[in-house]
Amino acid sequence: MKELDLWSMLFVFMLATFIGFEVIRNVSRLLHTPLMSLTNAISAIAVVGSIIIAGEQKTTFTTVLGTVAVFASMTNIISGFLITDRMLKMFKKKGPGK
Amino acid sequence: MNAEYHLTQLTYLVATALFIFSLKWLSHPKTARRGVFAGVLAMTAAIGGTLLHHEITTFKWIAIAIVAGTIVGVPLAMVPLTAVPQRTALSHSFGGLAAGLVGTAKYMLWLDEGPEALSKFRMTAIVIEVILGFLTFTGSLMACGKLQEWIPTRPITYKNQNLINLALLAVAIGVGVLIIFKPMLWGLFPLVILFSLAFGVLLIIPIGGADMPTVISLLNSYAGLSAVAMGFVLENKLLITAGALDGSSGFILSVIMCRAMNRSFSNVLFGAFGQVQSAAAATEQRSYKSATPQDAAQILESAGKVVVIPGYGMAVAQAQHRVRELYDQLTKRGVDVRFAIHPVAGRMPGHMNVLLAEAEIPYEKLTEMDDINPEMAQADVALVIGANDVVNPAARHDKSSPIFGMPIIDADKARTCLAIKRSMNPGFAGIENELYFADNTLMVFGDAKAVVGDLVKELSGQTGIH
Repeated sequence: MKELDLWSMLFVFMLATFIGFEVIRNVSRLLHTPLMSLTNAISAIAVVGSIIIAGEQKTTFTTVLGTVAVFASMTNIISGFLITDRMLKMFKKKGPGK
Repeated sequence: MNAEYHLTQLTYLVATALFIFSLKWLSHPKTARRGVFAGVLAMTAAIGGTLLHHEITTFKWIAIAIVAGTIVGVPLAMVPLTAVPQRTALSHSFGGLAAGLVGTAKYMLWLDEGPEALSKFRMTAIVIEVILGFLTFTGSLMACGKLQEWIPTRPITYKNQNLINLALLAVAIGVGVLIIFKPMLWGLFPLVILFSLAFGVLLIIPIGGADMPTVISLLNSYAGLSAVAMGFVLENKLLITAGALDGSSGFILSVIMCRAMNRSFSNVLFGAFGQVQSAAAATEQRSYKSATPQDAAQILESAGKVVVIPGYGMAVAQAQHRVRELYDQLTKRGVDVRFAIHPVAGRMPGHMNVLLAEAEIPYEKLTEMDDINPEMAQADVALVIGANDVVNPAARHDKSSPIFGMPIIDADKARTCLAIKRSMNPGFAGIENELYFADNTLMVFGDAKAVVGDLVKELSGQTGIH
């Protein structure tokens, strides 16, 4: 492993954490439940790592692990985005019929 | 470095930017749905870019897993909103599981390649990923079980609990460190997994239902951090970024939840809230006043300003739609109705807001604790529906109370306080609520849904009097 990669990854991690703090601090408290389900779906980006393990088929065992991981991440992606949108649709400025 | 490598990296770069936009747009209800769209776009781009990867030899298993994940994911998105905390906990556990499994698979693959593949850096990242992933997996499953009430929501405690838990974590980390230095001792690896799984279970067992908002935020953070660790293992900057966004979000929410309860992380994790004080609750019998729904309806009708304070009891009774009808009736009479939301009301951050939004109450009527408290003295009626500890004035002055110092909604400062409650039994935490014994408080006994329904009936039956 090249030293440079470790450091550049640490930089990315630090910068992303700061961006995360700044962006999320501005999220209205109204939307904290959708925030959690959305970040849930976003962190299911783990699917990209799982896909490679399931697809490269090096050993049966790792293929099984990769496939289960793809399944778990995909469940989070689908249900996370869908339920976030479902909840956000409900936030209306005025009630109906007014 | 071939063309597809660069194309993949480009999609990852675009996905990273879109994820940040996604969260930025979530800051306001007006732009929030655009945020979901950006997130979906980012995810599609990232998955598309990954499928270009030259090491993929077959798409069969990927396709099967994607289809199966979709089949399970769609119904999970359709759960009733009262069950959203459980669903969220379950998805944290899936996130942890994926991280743990990928870490394990990577270890096995590099083990086959020989010791030079298992550098200290890779092993450190793998051990962190596996410990965080598997403890999040079982911890979140336990939290989900508690929220769904498959396992008792009461804190389960035993002697030397904290000592045993910490010892278990120390052993998991100790074995993990050992395997970082001796990566070929593969027999140790299952031990790391086993101890992490066990620690996750034991960590959540002593935590009570009232602490779930903090715990679920903390697990959110762990799930994000395990994705970060996966990014370090796979040298994938997209994973690091997305995981860091999730991790920082969970962390911020945990801090907000802890502050809203005036407690520290360690106190939530190791405090077993609601255990000690049950004995102290048996004080002298104090008197309280009760009112019928008819009396309460009259008080509400003659009020100019009503502040509704909902709590988990409203969610349990599924009373939010009745509350909406009450809101309609009162608004029709020109009463100014506001909703005061305590940050830890409900079982996860923002839970009350979502339930009230589902009942089509306009979001601008939902007010945060800090904004409503200065106005409470001008309110004619504070209507407490299924909230308890978050309106207990003892938190302000009674140093012996377990909730002393916790910020509360000042329901007692309103001219009249109406509290809807099943009985005088102290709530989950076993803490007597002074509010119920105050001179200006009237208790309305019954199920929240039934009582609010009665109020609506009373009010709609008397139209035209005003």
